[in-house]
Amino acid sequence: MNNLNVAKIQLNGIPYEINDGTNLNELLNKLKIQKNKVAIEVNGEIVEKNKYPNLILNKDDKVEIVQFIGGG
Amino acid sequence: MEDIFTIANKNFNSRLIVGTGKYKSFEETANAVKAAGADIVTVAVRRINILDKDQPLLMDYLDPKSITYLPNTAGCYSSEEALRTLRLAREMGGWRLVKLEVLGDKKTLYPNMIETIKSTEVLVKEGFEVMVYCTDDPIMTKKLEDVGACAIMPLGAPIGSGIGIQNKINIALIKEQSSVPVIVDAGVGTASDATIAMELGCDGVLLNTAIAEAKNPVLMAEAMKHAVIAGRKAFKAGRMQKKQYASASSPQNNLI
Repeated sequence: MNNLNVAKIQLNGIPYEINDGTNLNELLNKLKIQKNKVAIEVNGEIVEKNKYPNLILNKDDKVEIVQFIGGG
Repeated sequence: MEDIFTIANKNFNSRLIVGTGKYKSFEETANAVKAAGADIVTVAVRRINILDKDQPLLMDYLDPKSITYLPNTAGCYSSEEALRTLRLAREMGGWRLVKLEVLGDKKTLYPNMIETIKSTEVLVKEGFEVMVYCTDDPIMTKKLEDVGACAIMPLGAPIGSGIGIQNKINIALIKEQSSVPVIVDAGVGTASDATIAMELGCDGVLLNTAIAEAKNPVLMAEAMKHAVIAGRKAFKAGRMQKKQYASASSPQNNLI
């Protein structure tokens, strides 16, 4: 039954299950990630921060969440 | 005497830019950056580890409000990868001042200048201020300046090699002909290497491994700070002429 309500996406290269209809803001909340510390790409397109609430994720979407780390 | 360092119309006090890679911990990174007195640090863009989200964040140790983050494209081997990385960095929080580095070879980490020039052109058109890691070839650096680079950053020697500036003639030539800041990026191994870069007239030095892989990184960071200041002052002071024979320092008359 539950399977009807979940969708599998690729999150940073790893299969990840979300509830149907999840938007980017909800995904970040679920992951406990602050949006001002990351940038997100969905299917190769960068998503502007103000569009997170409107971007509903679909099955098989490729989501990349990146941050700054130490580098030279 | 004020000696302000300006990049893309922004003023900085320190001419030493440091990388934040290869440290044992973020705490050590933060202490080294502080000891170096750097105003700008380079940072990389990478995926968040979804499986271990409780890892500490660089931003928790180095506040981007008090220190300038310079996002880099380290690890990118094509224009597409580099552009993607810097566009993501900009989206993260409005970073327009960036360091472009497009590599051409995994063994030498030598820059691919064809891809580098192409990428610089695109980024400048998109409104980025691009500081460019490049070869020490004066023709290439001139081309970069022509397409709008805001700083030219020739390598002193291969990344992480720590063998110091190998071609001083080229670095000096590049500085002489450039109207944007010239920063030696890569190759510095110890304090004297940084001093030499500054004595050649360069506007700044960018280094990472020389501090991170020193036995005492925080102490080396402090040494680098002084080395850059010393080299800059020596350059501004104008060194004495080199002579083939001795010239006594004490007066030669009225000897007893």
